[in-house]
Amino acid sequence: MLWMLEGHSHRVRRPHSRFRPAPQRALEDLRYIRDTMERSSTFTATSGWGQVLMGLTAIAAALAARPQSARGWLSVWLVEALLAVVIAVTAMQAKARRSGLPLTSGPGRKFALGFLPCVVVAIVFTIALARLGLTRLLPGVWLLLYGAGVITGGAFSIPLLPAMGFCFAAVGTLALFLPAWGNALMAAGFGGLHIVFGVWIASQHGG
Amino acid sequence: MGDRAKLRLARRVSKSTADPGPRTTHPRPAEDLPEFDRTIHERIRLGIISALAINESLSFNDLRRLLKTTDGNLSVHARKLEDAHYVTCSKFFEGRIPRSEYRLTPAGKRALEKYIEQMEDLIRRTRKN
Repeated sequence: MLWMLEGHSHRVRRPHSRFRPAPQRALEDLRYIRDTMERSSTFTATSGWGQVLMGLTAIAAALAARPQSARGWLSVWLVEALLAVVIAVTAMQAKARRSGLPLTSGPGRKFALGFLPCVVVAIVFTIALARLGLTRLLPGVWLLLYGAGVITGGAFSIPLLPAMGFCFAAVGTLALFLPAWGNALMAAGFGGLHIVFGVWIASQHGG
Repeated sequence: MGDRAKLRLARRVSKSTADPGPRTTHPRPAEDLPEFDRTIHERIRLGIISALAINESLSFNDLRRLLKTTDGNLSVHARKLEDAHYVTCSKFFEGRIPRSEYRLTPAGKRALEKYIEQMEDLIRRTRKN
């Protein structure tokens, strides 16, 4: 009680008055910063230039497939689909590397989770319709499912992606009701739309 | 902040939380640790600064949605960052609707970089120990 009689003030002195967080909190903070950056980023894993290249190969495929039989037409477009996958994955990897974010980070993972179910459905439809000899329905089915995949995959990404998905769905609907124009609409969709939106994405969202 | 600076910052944070790999640095003893910036140590404030670090600007609604917080909470924390001159807020009308747009200042960017450096330093020290 002697301190009450002393003239000067008494403050409780803490051994460590300087503010230092625990190491665990430091790691959590860095993770939180990274997650927040990823979630808020307008970064899209989709590569605009990759899409342009996919569009060009699609137009070439449409030209090559036009004079073919149904079987030949299907073979050309299946080769084109494989080529497009290789181009898309390579371009996305390159873009993600340039941006300093892993491809499996937030935006890339969300896009894949939304897009892949439609790809699986498209594969099932392709096998079923080809076995029934209904290849003329495939352009509509492919364009519609690709559009649906881009809409759902792009829901958490830049607004351009869902817009592109809706355009694909519109072209796919046309192709489904106008099967005679299937090959031309494939060129317009997988070729034209990819090139137009690809240039747009590349100019607005870092390549 | 330019795109390159944003990418550098994002890459750096990404690297810090990744697998540490072999240790080559010799961290300083605990006594040498600098004092941390309490202004951005708080979660919501740290979130605001981090989001603005890679976006030119974000609206109040964008930030609220992103950080999953209430209007009042976000408003209080954003004001603290404004008082510290880490962010600026411009208010304007879009039609008849009032909007608030936040931007990171150079001081805010420096504060975030320094904070990340300090956190990395602390983690390095802990791994060494």
